[in-house]
Amino acid sequence: MFEASGYGCPSIHDQNRKLIFENEEAGVRYFWVKPSDVAIYVEHGAADIGVAGKDILLEYEPDLYELLDLAVGKCRMAVAGPSVFRDDPGKTLRVATKFPNIARHYYAKQSRAIDIIKLNGSIELAPLLGLSDVIVDIVETGTTLKENGLEPLETIVPISARLIANKVSFKFKNTEIKALCQSLSEYCQEVKRQHDKDSTLRRNAE
Amino acid sequence: MEQQEYMLNQEEQVVFKLRSLYRQYGYQQYKMSNFEEYDLYAENKNFLVSQNVITFTGANGKLMALKPDVTLSIIKNSPDEPEDLEKVCYNENVYRVDGGSHEFKELVQTGLECIGHIDLYAMGEVLMLAARSLQSIHPNYILDVSHLAFVQGILDEAGLNESQRSEILRCMNSKNTPELSALCAAWQIREDLALSLQELTGLYAPMGEALLRLKELTVNEKTQAALDELSGVYQLLCADACQEHVYLDFSLTNDMQYYNGLVFRGFVDGLPRSVLSGGRYDKLVHRLGKQGGAIGFAVYLDLLERLNRNQQPYDVDVLLLYGDDADLTALAQTVRMLTMNGQSVKAQRKENGSLRYRQLLLMKERGVEILETHD
Repeated sequence: MFEASGYGCPSIHDQNRKLIFENEEAGVRYFWVKPSDVAIYVEHGAADIGVAGKDILLEYEPDLYELLDLAVGKCRMAVAGPSVFRDDPGKTLRVATKFPNIARHYYAKQSRAIDIIKLNGSIELAPLLGLSDVIVDIVETGTTLKENGLEPLETIVPISARLIANKVSFKFKNTEIKALCQSLSEYCQEVKRQHDKDSTLRRNAE
Repeated sequence: MEQQEYMLNQEEQVVFKLRSLYRQYGYQQYKMSNFEEYDLYAENKNFLVSQNVITFTGANGKLMALKPDVTLSIIKNSPDEPEDLEKVCYNENVYRVDGGSHEFKELVQTGLECIGHIDLYAMGEVLMLAARSLQSIHPNYILDVSHLAFVQGILDEAGLNESQRSEILRCMNSKNTPELSALCAAWQIREDLALSLQELTGLYAPMGEALLRLKELTVNEKTQAALDELSGVYQLLCADACQEHVYLDFSLTNDMQYYNGLVFRGFVDGLPRSVLSGGRYDKLVHRLGKQGGAIGFAVYLDLLERLNRNQQPYDVDVLLLYGDDADLTALAQTVRMLTMNGQSVKAQRKENGSLRYRQLLLMKERGVEILETHD
């Protein structure tokens, strides 16, 4: 995506274990960091801009600018549980999740009493072993859930990748960041147009 | 003088410069006690940057707090004379939770407040002093200005309720135009107003340029009054030739329970967070039961040590070694002579290898022998 917008970096395709890639001509440098750390790097100004999932932004609520919805990596944050699950509002709901903040906000809006169980992986296991009643997690296709006898019950919020920027970098490197934002946004629109066209064609063919 | 400034660290130098700047403009130094009754903060929690306060029980059994903020105390103690104008500046330690480490920290905060009858000139002067304060920290600085009444004017026109307003402001705060337009569409906000809100969110330009854009976005008396105030202040900044560092940015959305009118924040190149923050807070003054208005700002000096990272190459100019047999009077004399030459000297018996020195001397019976010299 950045490549198509003129911010490519050839060395990124090399097979190695480097974490930093640089293209001096385009004046960009890429870091390869853990998804949940992207927002931290940007918030503290170690990186000027970054690409992070909305899930991370909602969970950690970092203080930064969210400039663009890149419309990739689309999925949703959802509540999921065993297909036989019936919610009993008279009891405290036990929720296992990697995203305690999002889960807390969601249930606080409904004034529902919950117990949050913070896990770091294999969330789907929790309701199977009776650790929790439901889980709050990212659902893409639902295959993992289905294979473990779970199904999505409620959607909390749709998720996609966002272009984020450090607030101070945005000011001091305003021209560069605005230009990048502009060409990325054009690229995204082009992709969307292409996608719409394809689906219309497909529908017509059917 | 130069020698003295060299001895001061970055933070002390800035405090020194700021204090003399504020004095020049007739701001009285204000010294306050370290503690304040906790009630003051409990009633105005949202005004504080971090809501955690260190509390303890005072000698008379009252719950006291180590002050997390200076402005509240100054306003509480200011005389209630709405026609007068009081100008004070301060340099205090405050105690609050640091955003990064989630632990209490002692921070040095310097700033100034104008309390009483605030007119256009007073606002312009405060903004100009904010710009000058930033300049004394770093020549490459930016002062972002926003006007809350302008945004409020548009939100009034759109007829939104409290929770909708705060959602809109949250989007503006993170410059999240996609989400903002989705919200506007969902709440069926009038199209021209929705476009104005999106434009305000995306707007980031030098003040002169941005004001031209704002002219086209005014919708009612409230926004017009805000625009007039911004234009007036801009004239004053131009007169002081600091306008090119001042930008208009509506992503500054301070808490509207306390702030009204102008709000601003300052940044310097090389620091990832704002170092200056301030605004017009008549509403806070009214909440504390007083008439009149107030405008002011605070400069946070705790980040400054990150600006200047080059280390001194030497810990000390001269390391002077002496043995058991050394003549102590001669040693004292040598030390005095070296210090009078402006060199720093550390006299000790043995060199342990951890000190970086420019010159290594050994005290002998008949004089001083130079063992090593680096330059």
